Amino acid sequence: MYNFDFEKPGSVADAVAALGAEDAQALGGGQTLIPTLKQRLAQPSKLVSLKGIAEMQGVCTGDDGAICIGGATNHATVAAEAGAYPALAATAAHIGDPAVRNRGTIGGSLANNDPSACYPAAALGSGATIVTNTREIAADDYFQGMFTTALDEGEIITEVRFPVPEKANYQKFVQPASRFALVGVFVAKYADGVRVAITGASNDGVFRWAEAEATLSSNFSPDAIDGLSLSGDDMISDLHGTGDYRAHLCGVMTKRAVAAAA
Amino acid sequence: MPKDGGIGASSKRREDVRFLTGAGNYTDDINMHGQAYVHFLRSDIAHGTITNIDTSAAAGMPGVVRIFTSSDFEGVGGIPCGWQVTDKHGQPMQEPAHPILAQGKVRHVGEPIAAVVADSLAEARDAAEAIVVDIDELPAVVDMKAALQDGATKVHDDLDNNLCYDWGFVEENKDAVNKAFEDAAHVTSLELVNNRLVANPMEPRVAVGDYARGTDESTLYTTSQNPHVIRLLMGAFVLGIPEHKLRVVAPDVGGGFGTKIFHYQEEAFCTFAAKACNRPVKWTSSRTEAFISDAHGRDHVTKIELALDADNNFTAIRTETHANMGAYLSTFAPSVPTWLHGTLMAGNYKTPLIYVNVKAVFTNTVPVDAYRGAGRPEATFQLERVVDKAARELGVDPIALRRQNFITEFPYATPVAVEYDTGDYHGTMDKLEEMGDFEGFAARRAESEKNGKLRGLGVNCYIEACGIAPSNLVGQLGARAGLYESATVRVNATGGLVVMTGSHSHGQGHETSFAQVVAEMIGIDENMVEIVHGDTANTPMGMGTYGSRSIAVGGSAMVRATEKIINKAKKIASHLLEASEADIELKDGAFSVAGTDKSVAWGDVTLAAYVPHNYPLEDIEPGLEETAFYDPSNFTYPSGAYACEVEVDPDTGKVTIERFAAADDFGNIINPMIVTGQVHGGLAQGIGQALLENCAYDENGQLLSASYMDYAMPRADDLPMFDVDHSSQTPCTHNPLGVKGCGEAGAIGSPPAVVNAVVDALQSAGKDVTHIDMPLSPDRVWAAMNC
Ligand SMILES: Cc1cc2nc3c(=O)[nH]c(=O)nc-3n(C[C@H](O)[C@H](O)[C@H](O)COP(=O)(O)OP(=O)(O)OC[C@H]3O[C@@H](n4cnc5c(N)ncnc54)[C@H](O)[C@@H]3O)c2cc1C
Repeated sequence: MYNFDFEKPGSVADAVAALGAEDAQALGGGQTLIPTLKQRLAQPSKLVSLKGIAEMQGVCTGDDGAICIGGATNHATVAAEAGAYPALAATAAHIGDPAVRNRGTIGGSLANNDPSACYPAAALGSGATIVTNTREIAADDYFQGMFTTALDEGEIITEVRFPVPEKANYQKFVQPASRFALVGVFVAKYADGVRVAITGASNDGVFRWAEAEATLSSNFSPDAIDGLSLSGDDMISDLHGTGDYRAHLCGVMTKRAVAAAA
Repeated sequence: MPKDGGIGASSKRREDVRFLTGAGNYTDDINMHGQAYVHFLRSDIAHGTITNIDTSAAAGMPGVVRIFTSSDFEGVGGIPCGWQVTDKHGQPMQEPAHPILAQGKVRHVGEPIAAVVADSLAEARDAAEAIVVDIDELPAVVDMKAALQDGATKVHDDLDNNLCYDWGFVEENKDAVNKAFEDAAHVTSLELVNNRLVANPMEPRVAVGDYARGTDESTLYTTSQNPHVIRLLMGAFVLGIPEHKLRVVAPDVGGGFGTKIFHYQEEAFCTFAAKACNRPVKWTSSRTEAFISDAHGRDHVTKIELALDADNNFTAIRTETHANMGAYLSTFAPSVPTWLHGTLMAGNYKTPLIYVNVKAVFTNTVPVDAYRGAGRPEATFQLERVVDKAARELGVDPIALRRQNFITEFPYATPVAVEYDTGDYHGTMDKLEEMGDFEGFAARRAESEKNGKLRGLGVNCYIEACGIAPSNLVGQLGARAGLYESATVRVNATGGLVVMTGSHSHGQGHETSFAQVVAEMIGIDENMVEIVHGDTANTPMGMGTYGSRSIAVGGSAMVRATEKIINKAKKIASHLLEASEADIELKDGAFSVAGTDKSVAWGDVTLAAYVPHNYPLEDIEPGLEETAFYDPSNFTYPSGAYACEVEVDPDTGKVTIERFAAADDFGNIINPMIVTGQVHGGLAQGIGQALLENCAYDENGQLLSASYMDYAMPRADDLPMFDVDHSSQTPCTHNPLGVKGCGEAGAIGSPPAVVNAVVDALQSAGKDVTHIDMPLSPDRVWAAMNC
C-alpha cells in the first residue's frame, strides 16, 4: 500500500467536496479497493470513506413501493432488511462470506461493476434506478461493460431503488475458487414483462437476455427456456470454464431461476 | 473402555490451547531489537537474460540499509539438492546451479532478482520499485514433452538439455515386463495427469536472521519442518558456517505439508544479510509470494498399462511418467518421482513384473518437490485408476478384481525393491464394505436419479511407505542425508521429564502423543512429560518431520532413550531397595521388588539420581538423561481401502461428495483422536486435489492460479461428514511401538476414489467416459459428458 490521506465526511455534500481533490477516491466497504491498494495496483492521494454518511445508510420503502437502499448500506443489512423483496435479500445473503457482507456495500459493488458480481444482475434484472449525488440513472443505461459504468469522476451512488416484482429469483453458480458468480442469473417478473439479467458470463459484463425475456413474458415457465440458447463466442473463457460452458450455464440457471421464482 | 491416558487414549491436544488462544509463538511473532526487513524483487518474467540491474536510485531511498544482487554472493554456495538420482544408464542426474539471487538469467516467475533490506517493509517495497531490471525475454519452457524435444529452448544453458534424468526401475526387469505384455490376455492402458498443486499452509513462510558479533554466532528462525536439516545444508553447503556457530530454530509452525521441508533462498539470504548488515533481517512471505516461491507439488503426466491373464490376474505393470522439476532442483525433488513413487507401484497387489520409467524435466516454473504423500499419491492414483478401468473393461466388479489380486502373505517382497512387513488388505476391505453400505447403493442411486442427479460409487486401495529408511540403503539410492531420528530424555530431579526430539511438530500433535508414549512406559501422568522440538540448540541432531515418519522413527528413538532411562532408574531403585536389579519391576510409576511389598516411587529414584547421597556412585553416574538415535530397518507400510459416493448434476457438471468412508490400517495407534484428525485433513487435501485445486501456467510461464481468486482450496462445505475407521491393525513388526504412521494416508488414498466415483456416475448414464483429469471441476465434467 502507498501512503494516502483519509477523510470520513458526515454528508454527501462534504464527500463530494472531498472527492474534488486530485486522485481522491471514494471508499465504501473496502472489500475490493483495499486488496487493490495492498497489491499496490492503485495509488489514490486520498480515500473518502462514505461509511459516516447517515443519509446513505439503510433500507426503506419508497412512496411507489420500491425498495430504496442507501448507497453505503452493507450486504448483511440488505440481507436482513430487504425482506419485502425476497430475491434481493437472498442475493445479498450469498455474496462472499460474513466478513465481506458486513463490510461490502451496494454502492461499492455497483460502482466497481465486476463482471462476476451479483448486485449488477439484481439491479439490471430489476430495472433499478441508480441515484447519485447529481442524477438518477436507469440500470439499462448504467452498466457499460466490465468494470465500466455511467458514473462520472467523483460521482457518488447515494441510493439504489428497486421496483418490487411479482416474482423473482437469483441463481448463482459459483466459481469454485472465488465463489463469485461463474454465471449468475437474476429473473424478475413484473406486471409489464419479465427481465432476465446475467452476470459472470459475458466479456461485456452484465447483460439482459432479450430472447428469454420475450419468451418468458408470454409463458413464465422453466420449459419455455428449452430450445433457447446463447452463443459462447463473446463469453468469458478462463481456467474455470469456456465461453460455451458459460453459455450453457446461462440457460440452466435461467431455467432454475424461473422454477424457483417466488 | 477407552483409556484416559497413555498409549491408546484420545488425549486432548495440549498444544491447541496455545494455538487457539493466540498464544502460539510463530516465526512472524519473533521480532528482534534493531530488526530490518527484506523485500525480494521477484521476476515477473518466466524466462529471460538479465542484461542490467540498476539499483542506484533505490539505494538512496529513505530507510534503505542495503540492496543485494547476485554479485554480493560471489563465493557463496548455491542452494544444494539433497538427493542424487542415477539414471537408467548409470549416470548421475543433471544438476543445475541454484543461486540465492538470480544470476544472469531468470528462470521462473517469482525467482528473486534483488533483495532490499530497509528499516521498514514499506520502505523496502518502495525502494524495490525503483530498481531497474532489464531482461531480454526468452521463450518459456512450460510443457514437459515439448521441453524434451530436440532444439527446445534450454532452461539451463550449461546443461545438455532439459532432461534432469531418465530413470528406469527396475531396468533389469524391462524385457520381462515387455514380454508379459505380449503374452497378456488383456491390457488396460490409461494416460493421466496428476495435477500440480500449491501446498498453501495457513502460515506462509517466514525467516529471521540474526548475527551475534561478539560470539560470531548466526541464528536463523524459520518456518521449517526440519531445522537440523536446514542447519546442515545451509551451514555446510551454502554459507560455510560450522554447525557450532549456527543455530536454527523452527518454533510453532502453522502447517507444512512438505513445502516447509526444503531449504529456501530466503533462509540463506536472511542469515547472510544479518551478518552483512549487522542487524537482524526479517522476511515474511505474502500469500502472493507464497504462490510463486513455495515449492509446488505433484505435476506428473503418466501413461500406465496393466496386463492381465485370462483369469484376470495382474501379470505386469508398465508406466512412463514425465515429472516436472520446475526451474531448479528443490531439496528432495529428484527423490519424489523415483524412490517415493516407483517403489510403491505394486500397491496392494501381487503383480509379479513392474517397470517404471520416469523422465524428470526442467521447465520455467516454480520448483516442484514433496507435497503430502510425495510420490505415493501419484503411484496410487495411476494404479487405482487403471485397475478400476480394467474392471470396467472386463465387466467385473472392481472390488472383486482387487481382492483377487491382493497380497495376502507377509512379509512380501515386491518386484519394485521393497518388502511389506505386515498388512491385511482383505481386512480393511471387509471393514470398508461394512462402513460403505454398498448394498444400499442401488437404492441411493435410484433416489438421486429421481432428483435428476447421477450417483456414482468409487472404491480404491492404497499402500504407503512411511519412515523412509534405513540410512545405509537410502544412501545407496542417492540421499545425501541419513534418515534416522533422535531423542534425548532428560528426567528432572522431581520426576518430570523433558523429551527433546529431533522430529518436528507443525500441526501433528506430537507434544501430546509423544508424551503419551513416555508416560505409558513409566506409568506416570502425561502432564509430567514435556516435548521439546524445533531448536537445534537444545535438540539432538534429527531429520525432522515428513513422510509420516515421526511416530515410527522419532517415536522409536524416544522409546529407546526412555528404555535407557528406565534401565538406569532400575539400577538406582535396586540400590535404594537393596534388591537385585533383576527383581526390580516398574509399574504405575513405582519400582518394586518382585514378590515383595517393597517399593520406591519414581520421584524418589529421580531425586536420588540428582541428590546422590545414598547412591552407588562407584557403579553408576549421577543424573538421569539419555539419548538414542534410531535408524529403522525398513519402511512401514500403512494401507487401507476408501470409498467415495458422489452425485453429479448432469446439467452443470458439478460434483458433490455425498459419502466418504476410509478404512485404514496404521498398525498400533497412540492417540485415536489425533489419527482421525490426520485422516480428516488428508482426505480434505486429497479431495481438494481431485475436485478443486489446479495450479496452472499459461504458455508464457505465467501462473494463472496465483491467488485464492483462482486457486480453489477445499472448504468445509465442499466436504461430507467423513466416516473414518482404523480398527484394522496389523502392527509393524520392526519398530518397538508397532506403529506405521498416518499423516499422509488420507491425501494418498482419496483422489482415485473420487475420480472412480465420478466415472461410475457418468457411465451409469450411458456416457462413454473412462477418465477425466483432476481437478474434476464442473466445466471439465460437463465437457466430458458433452463431447
Ligand atoms: C472474499 C470476497 C468475496 C466476495 N464475493 C463476492 C460475491 O460472491 N459476489 C459479489 O457480488 N461480490 C463479492 N465480493 C465483492 C464485494 O461484494 C465488495 O463489497 C464489492 O465488490 C465492493 O464493495 P465495497 O463497498 O467493498 O467497495 P470498495 O472496495 O470500498 O470500493 C470499490 C469501488 O467502488 C467505489 N465506490 C465505493 N462506494 C461507492 C459509492 N457509493 N459511489 C461511487 N463509488 C463508490 C470505490 O471508489 C472503488 O472504486 C467479494 C469480495 C471479497 C473480498
